[in-house]
Amino acid sequence: MTATAGPKAPGFAMPRPGHGPAGLAAPLRAAGARPDGPASDAPAGDGAGRPLAADELVDLDEAGRALQVSGLLERLDAEFVGLAPVKDRVREIAALLLIDRLRARYALSSARPSLHMCFTGSPGTGKTTMALRMGELLRELGYLRQGQLVTATRDDLVGQYVGHTAPKTKDVLRRAIGGVLLIDEAYYLYRPENERDYGQEAIEILLQFMEAHRDDLVVILAGYRDKMEVFFRSNPGMASRIGHHIDFPDFSSGELIRIAERLLEQEDYRLTPPAAEALAEYIGLRMRQPRFSNARSIRNAVDRLRLRQAGRLVAAGGRVGRADLVEITAADVRGSRVFSDSAARPPDHMA
Amino acid sequence: MRITQGTFSYLPDLEAGEIRAQVQYAIDQGWAVAVEFTDDPHPRNSLWEMWGLPMFEIADASAAMHEVTACIRAWPDHYVRVTAYDATLGRQTTALSFIVSRPEHEPGFRLDRQETADRRIRYTLHAYATDQPSGERYRREGR
Repeated sequence: MTATAGPKAPGFAMPRPGHGPAGLAAPLRAAGARPDGPASDAPAGDGAGRPLAADELVDLDEAGRALQVSGLLERLDAEFVGLAPVKDRVREIAALLLIDRLRARYALSSARPSLHMCFTGSPGTGKTTMALRMGELLRELGYLRQGQLVTATRDDLVGQYVGHTAPKTKDVLRRAIGGVLLIDEAYYLYRPENERDYGQEAIEILLQFMEAHRDDLVVILAGYRDKMEVFFRSNPGMASRIGHHIDFPDFSSGELIRIAERLLEQEDYRLTPPAAEALAEYIGLRMRQPRFSNARSIRNAVDRLRLRQAGRLVAAGGRVGRADLVEITAADVRGSRVFSDSAARPPDHMA
Repeated sequence: MRITQGTFSYLPDLEAGEIRAQVQYAIDQGWAVAVEFTDDPHPRNSLWEMWGLPMFEIADASAAMHEVTACIRAWPDHYVRVTAYDATLGRQTTALSFIVSRPEHEPGFRLDRQETADRRIRYTLHAYATDQPSGERYRREGR
């Protein structure tokens, strides 16, 4: 048998990650390959249109409808109460995507922006919930290919002995590629008081990965404002690599009432008018109490409302109908400890 | 002689975009993708060296493609393949395996005949490449 070299494709040329399957054959694309996300090669995929001549004009509204961005933003508005800074930022990112696609049609350069984010805010202001939705949002906007969310805390990233940290961190990062990596309470990664701590190593790998795979994944750091500031002061490289610092404001009492109503509605409960009044009063009192954590406290309060309603119904006994099971009365709300505490001690003394 | 092992081996070599699409398909099926390499091309050599651990729980092909390129760069004169392991109960086997990179020059195999008792003959395949010690096979000229 003689040796004959088989046909050999010229070299193994890899496109830069995130720049799309350059040589992807048409049948393969049709057979289930997702079109690659990033805006730079988007016009090829979604019918955003033919290339435009330099002096042509294009209707922004129409282009926006084609991308279905407005529907996305409406859903975001409907789903989250308040959180104006976050919604503004998402709106800007969506607008940039639209403009980038138009720019690409005029053959102008349109690089993908860095989308790493930092969410700061008081407890219960929706940081984690928002991060969960962010992956989906960015995928729908075409900035991420998969949009899955990988949550990591210090435990998942930092190893226990020398040489354990790097593979551990890289494994988590690899899982997050194509989606969002949420690092909750990121400041615990860095422990300045222990110089043999491996957190610093995890941070360095993270930084390197954030830079090298900018097109592939979005890192979101979430945590309380003051601690996060300390963290960034000691890791300036991290602060500068994050393009979006978004502060989640505390909810106003009106927003909290809307959240409570929405939670009850989701679980098929209804407040009687006196109960709604009592709930508004309750929220006002609860906000002035120590350890108030915004929407989380409201969710707990709603759970207790359900408990008290169930207790009342069972204690009363007899026959009940659908309406009884749905209705939450003023007595259920006023049964809260918050009211009795504030009756015993006027609210002025509590601050 | 061009080695034909695994899926797609009678097709022209896959391009990066095509490999990526196949890897994404494997991930979407829930299979664990692994990268392996060898310089012993015998068809019965099914256990190749592993390039890192299989990648469980990845969602996007980019993560695996990163490892594929790294492996090819580290072992340019070796065969490199991607395998996808289906861990579902009852299957638990390699679901897809294809070569993504091969040495430039593949010398092929010769047929060895061995005379044994009673004038019987045993046949066996011998890869020319394995005449060299492992690690020195498929060296490009001038290296």
